[in-house]
Amino acid sequence: MVALTPVERTEPSFYVPVVAAFGALAGLFVGTAQGSSLLGIIVGAAVMAGVAFVLTKVVKDETKSMLSLIALLAIVGFLMGGIAAALIGAVFGWFFSWLSFWLYESRYRQHLVPYLTPGQVLWHYTFRVICGAILVFLITPIIVVMPLSFNAQDFFTFTPEMLRFDPAGYSLKHYEDFFSNSDWQNALANSVKIAPAATLLSVAFGTLAAIGLSQPHVPFRRAIMAILISPMIVPLIISAAGMYFFYSRIGLQGTYLGVVLAHAALGIPFVIITVTATLVGFDNSLTRAAANMGANPVTTFFRVQMPLILPGVISGGLFAFITSFDEVVVVLFVGSAGQKTLPWQMFTGLREQISPTILAVATILVIISIALLTVVELLRRRSERLRGMSPA
Amino acid sequence: MTDSAMTPDEHRRADEAATGPMLAADGRPLKASLNRALRRQKLRAMMLIAPLLIFVLVTFIAPIADMLFRSIENQIVSDTLPRTTTELAEWDANSGDIPPPEVFHALFKDMFIATERKAHTRLGSRLNYELTGVSSLFRKSGRRVDDMGEVYQDQFEDLNGFWKDGENWSAMMGSGSWLSAMGDWNGNKDAAQPIFEARGDIASTLPETTAIYSEFASFVLSEEDNVLTEDPWAVVYAALYDDLANGADVSGLSGNGAAELQEAAAAVAAFETVDFTAAFADVDEDWHSIQVWETIQTYSPNFTSGYFLNAVDMQKSPDGPEMRPENQRLHIMLFGRTMFMSLVITFSCILLGYPVAWILANLPARTANLLMILVLLPFWTSLLVRTSAWKVMLQQQGVVNDTLVWLGIVADDSRLALINNQTGTIIAMTHILLPFMILPLYSVMKTIPPSYLRAAKSLGATNWTAFWRVYFPQSVPGIGAGSILVFILAIGYYITPEIVGGTTGTFISNRIAYHISSSLNWGLAAALGAILLAVVLGLYWAYDKIVGIDNVKLGG
Repeated sequence: MVALTPVERTEPSFYVPVVAAFGALAGLFVGTAQGSSLLGIIVGAAVMAGVAFVLTKVVKDETKSMLSLIALLAIVGFLMGGIAAALIGAVFGWFFSWLSFWLYESRYRQHLVPYLTPGQVLWHYTFRVICGAILVFLITPIIVVMPLSFNAQDFFTFTPEMLRFDPAGYSLKHYEDFFSNSDWQNALANSVKIAPAATLLSVAFGTLAAIGLSQPHVPFRRAIMAILISPMIVPLIISAAGMYFFYSRIGLQGTYLGVVLAHAALGIPFVIITVTATLVGFDNSLTRAAANMGANPVTTFFRVQMPLILPGVISGGLFAFITSFDEVVVVLFVGSAGQKTLPWQMFTGLREQISPTILAVATILVIISIALLTVVELLRRRSERLRGMSPA
Repeated sequence: MTDSAMTPDEHRRADEAATGPMLAADGRPLKASLNRALRRQKLRAMMLIAPLLIFVLVTFIAPIADMLFRSIENQIVSDTLPRTTTELAEWDANSGDIPPPEVFHALFKDMFIATERKAHTRLGSRLNYELTGVSSLFRKSGRRVDDMGEVYQDQFEDLNGFWKDGENWSAMMGSGSWLSAMGDWNGNKDAAQPIFEARGDIASTLPETTAIYSEFASFVLSEEDNVLTEDPWAVVYAALYDDLANGADVSGLSGNGAAELQEAAAAVAAFETVDFTAAFADVDEDWHSIQVWETIQTYSPNFTSGYFLNAVDMQKSPDGPEMRPENQRLHIMLFGRTMFMSLVITFSCILLGYPVAWILANLPARTANLLMILVLLPFWTSLLVRTSAWKVMLQQQGVVNDTLVWLGIVADDSRLALINNQTGTIIAMTHILLPFMILPLYSVMKTIPPSYLRAAKSLGATNWTAFWRVYFPQSVPGIGAGSILVFILAIGYYITPEIVGGTTGTFISNRIAYHISSSLNWGLAAALGAILLAVVLGLYWAYDKIVGIDNVKLGG
């Protein structure tokens, strides 16, 4: 939608007080950190009001004023509290010069429909700030954990050295611990043994069943689907309890096979869902055509059907893999000390002696998730393209 | 009837009557041929599904069924104390008297055998769930029953040295075929020991002795000792005394031990006897407490509703189920807390998820996809990573408190307690479950045309009216789907409450885990699990009605 809202420059009586209000807010924080909130508010409001007026009416050129304000506030920050404060100063400088010109040039109005009242415009931006805050809430834990994992101290917060960007405040020692500690290495080895085996089982059985389920005439389709999806619906603690009771009856409790079977069962719903979704758009006349040309069912499956549903199979497999790789409740009960996986080791670490090595492991796992997420997204697009659901 | 008045179906039938059924190319009736093709198609589909179905039934459904079975199963009492529970069935707990001497007599035999098998402590801890103190009572009695039986053993052995020897016993009790099989086996470690078989005439004359000796023989067999040479338990002597004192006619017996039996039969009248009622009271006064016997009697049946009653803070009593004393009620409070906190979490997820889903659905596709990454990344990140992040951030010396102190919002000496309480659980779980709210909401909002809102506004609606009367009702299915999903996931959560919940922020699932791994009260754990499962399945059924399980989508 292109809005053709005519804009003109606003009066200083509008934008100077707004910038001053933001300045007061910034001043409140700076002032509290320095000792006096009230002084901070007053100074912040006054300085920023002046800055807004000077930049728009005296300097006038946006690039020039932005650069000079960034430089100025960075120097002030540096004098007040070192490199970290200089960085914050620079961010303030960028923000206030941008805000001044954004308001002065009426750019905030440009992309909105002309008939909005000032109140509606204000709400529009407030709403975006709220959404931004929620998205920050979503991503903060992941963002905070990563730098903390490079902490040179055994603390779980940013040390003054880290905030000063002093290289001495950072180190790789928690990563070294992860790669040298035998507990962690055993756990990693167990995870790497269990997850692929479970994935293979769920993908093999799951794909066959998904193909069966997508046939036109399946008796008791809903009931079968409900049973196959149930491992995803039943709370993990209940699955874990049931498996613990049953597997100890039949001697599978505390064995690799037991854990692999349990994880395979948990991964199956994901394979079923993704592969069934891929098969929805599958053109059955392709298999008939293949059969017509003399291909036997096995050849038809591997040469015609499989390449088309492969993206769904792989992303289902990735889901199953990550289910097993992240799973802790079931392995806690079904496994014994010999099958301690990475999440189990993390869980023990979190409950007993919490060590910053956990943060290093967490960072590594986040990176693995990002890689897997990328693969799944690419596969989803490829699958949609193959099935002609969306243009390339 | 004229030709034109016939329906097509009647036409077909008329044709069929005239020319016979329509035939397929191979000469079969077309109908049969089509049916056969349909059957084959169904069979093929079922054959593709069958391996997975069997796999899931064995690895997942069977364990759940086992758990449900365990929540009512109670065979341990009647298995461990079979004679006592049979005798006890006659006793009336309301009479105010302790059970008759026969019960104590039976208890002696059961307790002796259970002690030899080391099963008495297990039963003790099982009954301890129902009545505190039973566990130590059983353990104490287990140590003392040996003394009670020795009274009889000593008298038999004093009477004739024949009774001292295990070989004499086995020669007397065993059938001819068993004895010769034992001779062939001859202690060979590689071959299996023959299973004990009682001599026919002994079994009919001395039934009690035979029953207990058989139990002894099967125990010895399971321990891989030689039944022939092993000296019998003291309780076997007591049983022999009972049989002889009851007037068993041993005069007609011949063969091994017949003479000694006849000698003993004449002597038993003068034997010193044990008053088991007094002997057990001597071990512990509690054996004369009505409450203990009441508990054993209440839990005698093979199946019990006791675990379920316990799971809802009730207990069995002679007058039927009643509430537990106020200070022992825990589970209803925990269920209530689980429900309440899950509702709070669901509501926070709606509150935080709605604006984000709205903005994702209304921004240009490029920006929306970029922002979507911020939603999907936490969704894909390991649960433990996110929980550890919150544990680290919410600590007293953690990032959140540090930032608040630095900003001067809280004082350094009054840092907020954000972890190990309900606040911690709610914050962390809202964050973890938020993507499950945003994604269904987003997919519903994506289908609402933005022109509806503009139309409403151009017809004079205010912003609020347009949203509330036009947009919101159309997004309700998304809220419903997301809420049920988040709620189902929340009430079964274990890891996060365990790590950040402390004592006040834990859920019913933490109690289930506690009963499985720490208190070992598996029956109660299973009953709590069964109730939770019922709630979840109810919600799942609702979800299926509202959204349809086929519409579950993963990721974007």
